[in-house]
Amino acid sequence: MEKFLVDIFGSEITAYIIIAIIPLIFIVPYALFAVWLERKVSAHMQDRLGPMYTGGWHGWAQTIADIIKLLQKEDIVPAAADKKLHLLAPYIVFIGSYAAFAAIPFSSEYIGSHLNLGIFYIIAVSSLVVVGLLMAGWSSNNKWSLFGAMRSAAQIVSYEIPTALSLLAVVMIAGTLNLQEINKMQSGWFWNWFIFSKFPFVFIAFLIYFVASLAEVNRTPFDIPEAESELVAGYHTEYTGMKFAMFFLAEYANMFAVSAIASAVFLGGWNSPFGDFMSGPIWGVFWFVAKGMFFIFVQMWLRWTLPRTRVDQLMYVSWKVLTPFAFFCIFAIGIWLML
Amino acid sequence: MQLMDLIFYFFAVLIVISAGVVVFSKNIVYSAFALLFTFFGVAAIYVLLTADFLAVTQLLIYVGGILVLMLFGVMLTHKLISVDIKAKPLKLLPASIITAMIAGTLIGIFSTTQWKTEVNFDANQLRTTTDIIGKSFMTTYLLPFEVASVVLLVALVGAALLARREKTKNKV
Repeated sequence: MEKFLVDIFGSEITAYIIIAIIPLIFIVPYALFAVWLERKVSAHMQDRLGPMYTGGWHGWAQTIADIIKLLQKEDIVPAAADKKLHLLAPYIVFIGSYAAFAAIPFSSEYIGSHLNLGIFYIIAVSSLVVVGLLMAGWSSNNKWSLFGAMRSAAQIVSYEIPTALSLLAVVMIAGTLNLQEINKMQSGWFWNWFIFSKFPFVFIAFLIYFVASLAEVNRTPFDIPEAESELVAGYHTEYTGMKFAMFFLAEYANMFAVSAIASAVFLGGWNSPFGDFMSGPIWGVFWFVAKGMFFIFVQMWLRWTLPRTRVDQLMYVSWKVLTPFAFFCIFAIGIWLML
Repeated sequence: MQLMDLIFYFFAVLIVISAGVVVFSKNIVYSAFALLFTFFGVAAIYVLLTADFLAVTQLLIYVGGILVLMLFGVMLTHKLISVDIKAKPLKLLPASIITAMIAGTLIGIFSTTQWKTEVNFDANQLRTTTDIIGKSFMTTYLLPFEVASVVLLVALVGAALLARREKTKNKV
């Protein structure tokens, strides 16, 4: 892919800028689609229809209309807010979630950067999001915003530990942190996927990862940072127009990022489930996005099925359930690998 | 390597300016947020020195851990409990002695280290540093590694002890 682009444009810098922009070209239509999907999924779960008019067929153009409306909105900055930080926060949040896409392999031919530290880099760089959220909460000068940001940061920091540990279980089997390498090891039929290796320990690690990733992206049942019944809208209460859209985009980008990691690490990433059937670089994109979208659907499904947890239950799940089980998985897989 | 020089100077200027904000800002929250850019710039310099593992660890530990904890501390005390935190110079003499000592050490290290001035983009040379670091932790540097983990464990126990609810003497 890099060589091809360098040949076309004759300059490395142009080629790399294009490689860096490709995930953005994916994220924006994806986010529009996912917001529409979320509305339709929630509506059907509650025995409603959801948006039906805009665009004709099942209201498919509803989110496009929404984003045009958001673009026209007045940008309101509260008088008592800290203007500089209030302006900067949405961008830091989005940079943090977009930077993770640099190491996500969309296909055997396309990955933003051939990082040897792939997974480790993604875990590290997503901590920028936490700083951005704290910045948004503090600068809004609003108690709801601040409480939302505090809850969100506490939650993400705690759940980073089970996330990292459950990914470590696979890294131990693969012997590399490079996501492209991890994907190559899972080629062939679906029983070569890491989720089925060292059964059932990697499967447990996968469940731990999935639960922890729900908390990392503030999705129900762990959406207490934006619990609308207590906190209005959490850290983005005071944001309007495009800045609010930025938070929304970052949230949906994050949802895809965690789903993409789940599919790349545990479910074979861009590999076709059926050996050589429908495999190749282009089909790779299809399989990768399909697996990612499946997890997004599961996230929506859970959101409209489960009630919200309390703060203490949240911390209990992270520290007393997920973390010990993740350690147990690592221990068991380590012994299995030694034998 | 014109481009690499440009990138280096960009991050160097970013580090110096943000570190200046950290030190001179009257608002302690600005200081804490400016640290984000300092840490990020230092991580970028590590990347330019081809220390990829160190760069990512820098982000994970300093931005994800230490900075978030500092922000927590500052915000909880500053906004929620409204304690006045003042940012002004205190105890100038001992502070300048310690600063001079640290500066002397750093300048000493800076002048004696053999710096990599040219980034060599040979694919064979840019191999992953993770396994080398892991092996040396488990062989040559096993003792320091274990001692560091014991220190961290002690810190954890200490934090738990401090945060624990104290037993009241006269039970109600």
